[in-house]
Amino acid sequence: MIYLELFIGFLIVGLLSFGGAYGAIPLIRDVVLMFGWLDEEVLTNMIAVSESTPGPIMVNLATYVGSSQAGIPGGIIATFAVVLPAFMIILLIMVVLKKMLENKYVKAVLGGLKPCIIGIIISTGCYMILKNSILPIFRPSYDLWAPVITIILAVLFFGSKAVIKKKMSPIVLIAVSGVLGIIVYGV
Amino acid sequence: MIPIIENICVEKKKWITHDEMMDVTVIAESTPGPIAINCATYVGYKQKGILGAIAATLGVVLPSFIIIYLISVFLNDLLEISWIANAFKGIRIAVGILILNAGINMFVKMKKRTIPCIILICSFIAMILINIFAWNFSSIFLLLIAAVISLVIFLVQGAPSGKGGEK
Repeated sequence: MIYLELFIGFLIVGLLSFGGAYGAIPLIRDVVLMFGWLDEEVLTNMIAVSESTPGPIMVNLATYVGSSQAGIPGGIIATFAVVLPAFMIILLIMVVLKKMLENKYVKAVLGGLKPCIIGIIISTGCYMILKNSILPIFRPSYDLWAPVITIILAVLFFGSKAVIKKKMSPIVLIAVSGVLGIIVYGV
Repeated sequence: MIPIIENICVEKKKWITHDEMMDVTVIAESTPGPIAINCATYVGYKQKGILGAIAATLGVVLPSFIIIYLISVFLNDLLEISWIANAFKGIRIAVGILILNAGINMFVKMKKRTIPCIILICSFIAMILINIFAWNFSSIFLLLIAAVISLVIFLVQGAPSGKGGEK
């Protein structure tokens, strides 16, 4: 049963992941939380790992979620399911429907999907930032350091482009955030 | 990713031409899935048909599969170590920033026409509300709704009046 769930969940992700590597993250988050496979914290850890290892993020996440739920077979099924739509659609375009992407109806549908996914990505990013920094403010376990780290990282990341004219790479940001975490929470 | 693919497939192995590489990049932007998979399928099929496509796609997925599988086996044990757990507390904060940044980059590249911008703002607001109030409404439905709305607008407008159809 879990195999079927993994297959269907990641097939949907693979089918709707317009917008490259990051387009899939909100969808995977949605599917994972919906089926209750992982909690948000574990998933966020894994997004960071996927970001720092080679290979497309959505493939990495599928492998991780699948194998965490149902071992190697689960990993294989989830990875297969997430890749299948991309594979089939490219074949379809090359073999039979060479002009498919120029079809006006296809274009109309894509024209709606793309801005929608951009909105979803931006709001997922905003929500994750808020959730880690400001939203838990009324909880007794509120972590005062979280908003401080958030501001430091945001200033470093978005500021680096303005100051040194070069954007900090995601891996550098992850490394910096890890070091900050070690210093702040360890000392 | 694209420079690595180009270096191997176009320059070293000469499996596809530079122009074909440009084509794949454009196709990849309008199809679901990571560009690496789209390229692998395309190049594999060009060279050796369906079997080639399967082989190339498998080849591009396999390394990340193995690496991630190994990490997944050890990650929980690693997180028991306190300084690694602390590092991940910081890293989780970075992930939100990276996702926001990816979204902003996509928005900057997007052609800013009225209807797509309205769809973007609506999906942004909807998704924020869904998250904050923990509504049981998947972003998958948001995408389907956006596709239908966009199609309906296109059909109502009739022939592309300089907006809907052209690129």
